Amino acid sequence: MSLHVDAGRVPSRAAPSGGRRREQRPAPRRFLSWLDLRATPYIFVSPYFILFAIFGLFPLLFTAWVSLHKWQLAGEKTFIGLENYTKLLVDEKFWNAVGNTVGIFLIATVPQLLIALLLANALNKKLRGRLVIRLSVLIPLITSVVAVAVVFTQLYGRDYGVVNWILGLFGTDNIHWQNEKWSSWIAIATMVDWRWTGYNAIIYLAAMQTIPKDLYEAASIDGASPRRQFWGITVPMLKPTIIFTVIVSTIGGFTLFAEPVMFGSGLMTGGTTGQFQTVAMFIVKEGFRDFEYGYAAAAAWVLFLLILITVLINSVLVRGIGRSK
Amino acid sequence: MMHNSRRGRMLALAAVATLALGVTAACGSDDEKPAGGGSSAAAAGPVTITLQTFGGGENFAYDDAVKAWNASHPNIQVKYVNLTDRFEDTYLPQMLQWLESGAGAGDIIGMDEGGMGLMGARPQYFADLGQYGLDSRKADFPEYKWNTGINKDGKLFAIGTDIGGMAMCYRTDLFKKAGLPTDRDEVSKLWPDWNSYLEVGKKLTSALKGVAFVDGANTVYNSVLSQETGKNGNVQYFDKDNNLILDKNPGIKASFDYVQTLSKAGLTAKLRSWTEEWNTAMQKGQFATMGCPSWMLGTISGTSGDANSGNWDVAAVPGGSGNWGGSWLMVPAQSKHPKEAAEVLNYLTSKEGQIAAFKEGGNFPSNIQAQQDPTVAEAKNAYFNDAPSGPIFADSVSKLSPVFFGEKHAQVKAAVEEVLVGADQGSIKWDEAWQRFIDEGVKAAG
Repeated sequence: MSLHVDAGRVPSRAAPSGGRRREQRPAPRRFLSWLDLRATPYIFVSPYFILFAIFGLFPLLFTAWVSLHKWQLAGEKTFIGLENYTKLLVDEKFWNAVGNTVGIFLIATVPQLLIALLLANALNKKLRGRLVIRLSVLIPLITSVVAVAVVFTQLYGRDYGVVNWILGLFGTDNIHWQNEKWSSWIAIATMVDWRWTGYNAIIYLAAMQTIPKDLYEAASIDGASPRRQFWGITVPMLKPTIIFTVIVSTIGGFTLFAEPVMFGSGLMTGGTTGQFQTVAMFIVKEGFRDFEYGYAAAAAWVLFLLILITVLINSVLVRGIGRSK
Repeated sequence: MMHNSRRGRMLALAAVATLALGVTAACGSDDEKPAGGGSSAAAAGPVTITLQTFGGGENFAYDDAVKAWNASHPNIQVKYVNLTDRFEDTYLPQMLQWLESGAGAGDIIGMDEGGMGLMGARPQYFADLGQYGLDSRKADFPEYKWNTGINKDGKLFAIGTDIGGMAMCYRTDLFKKAGLPTDRDEVSKLWPDWNSYLEVGKKLTSALKGVAFVDGANTVYNSVLSQETGKNGNVQYFDKDNNLILDKNPGIKASFDYVQTLSKAGLTAKLRSWTEEWNTAMQKGQFATMGCPSWMLGTISGTSGDANSGNWDVAAVPGGSGNWGGSWLMVPAQSKHPKEAAEVLNYLTSKEGQIAAFKEGGNFPSNIQAQQDPTVAEAKNAYFNDAPSGPIFADSVSKLSPVFFGEKHAQVKAAVEEVLVGADQGSIKWDEAWQRFIDEGVKAAG
């Protein structure tokens, strides 16, 4: 294809030099070669943008349009302006879902990224069987999220779960993990962490290997301890990577869905009083259980804005890393 | 000509309907063939009727019935498609989308009880089956099943297929240990009403430590509620004008209170159906009774496993009536062949159609004649000590009151039952539960 482009370019440049005008191509062919030159690059990149327009932009805008209606599936569709949003902002069930989502996000993501960082640092050392160990931290990622959730839900079973059995050895009563906010959040956070910690550790590890060795050599000559080197060199040098993982985890955490759904035996209610109903579950419940598409669409847009705000806050916070040092 | 042929087909259909109604099984299916075939010959070539259903395993169990129909009706061929095993989160939203867009839905579609309130409030999407003479089928069905098929315009839009009915499954091994009778007739006599059921529960739990009397709150709640419905004008959550009457219907409060008493007496195992704990508890004999619609027998035998074969038996439910689940068939208005679809629907819900489904998948017929047929009435279930459960289920639905399902019935039901589970399991205090029960119901009704 690139040959074709070049072939078109030569005559079109030569054209203004005169003398050979008689031999000029007929108009349609000239148009084609112009098209070839100017439009081809756009055509080459267009598949992504076409797909994005169909599966990204259109749903986004259509959701916004739907959110301005009382829009029931196979039912009434009336334009009601911002009423869905005003209703949503005072809906305690929605804010309960937001609270759960943020809560689970915090208790899942903060330890997860810290553990991943320490894990990556350990994996960066010269170890026997390094490759095997490095690969093994990625194994949780290739298990299906549903399988993870099913197994963990059994571990956290009330009557015959392993976790309660172990706690029972220390004399605690059986905990009904789904029943309280704190217990359900912990259970879900462990599922998320089990699956994603290794993934983040590998990303950190890759970034760590790009840090120049001479920085560490200079630091050890100056007598810096390994701990000091970690916080003084490794972490600041990883800052762009940390920002990336924080953004990705924020998006992942705010759209948390499969784990809490499986944990709540497949229902969208997230526990009897919504102890662990996330915003994503709230949206599905409103849209596909109660068939109030308009309301669900409004919730989806508010979630989008919440993610945007949180990502901004997080990246500001993370940019501060290492500055005080 | 056109007009005449249509009228001719109408007559033929009426003949088919009458035959299916009045005469015996063999006679009906024999005579149907010339009548149906003759009428279709007048139409322009063979017609394909798509039948869409949902459900796991045997789902609607129409393989044999459809095969028999197709063999005898060369001009109306039925294509039977089971779309998915998931009703609530896949089939129902998809079907609503198809109905709204005017394309995609089959000529006949299956609908679970949970979608009937919603569909009954949308008459524009369905053919009026009365127009094809199917309203003559009223006498074939219990009142509950028939009335749910009437939409808000008063038109017949759906006809019943299977029905859950309600029995009480119980563990003979646990009853024996607790010094209670184990014979199913004697057990049925132990609990003519819900108060005596409570007393039996107290007796059993005081005799056996670590064993609960019933799995959880919901089946009991629904059985009591369905019996209360008849006393309160045949409505549950919505009155006939679709207004929420959660706090005004004394039947709901009575059912709530009964569950509260049961739970506070410590008789429930505080389990939610379809969870791992529930399955395990069933295997380990952690509870002694469980409300049992006909399809639950399969769930129990599948979950409890061979080790518990013969430990379960089936008795009558206290108060004698109740239902959980069951489906209907309907013809979407978008069908290009509504008349032929109605003919097929008529056959599938007939005695022969429902007996075929019972033989194939164990789906308990709602058709009264099918229930009375020895194939159903005398069928024995080996896992349950050869219990002939048919008459118990048939009995439980014959006295069942018809219920008006409001448009948001399924949503309100799900929301308030969640409160019952929460109160039973301890995440909601019983003192606050009733208020919450109403609040959640109001929210779910939108």
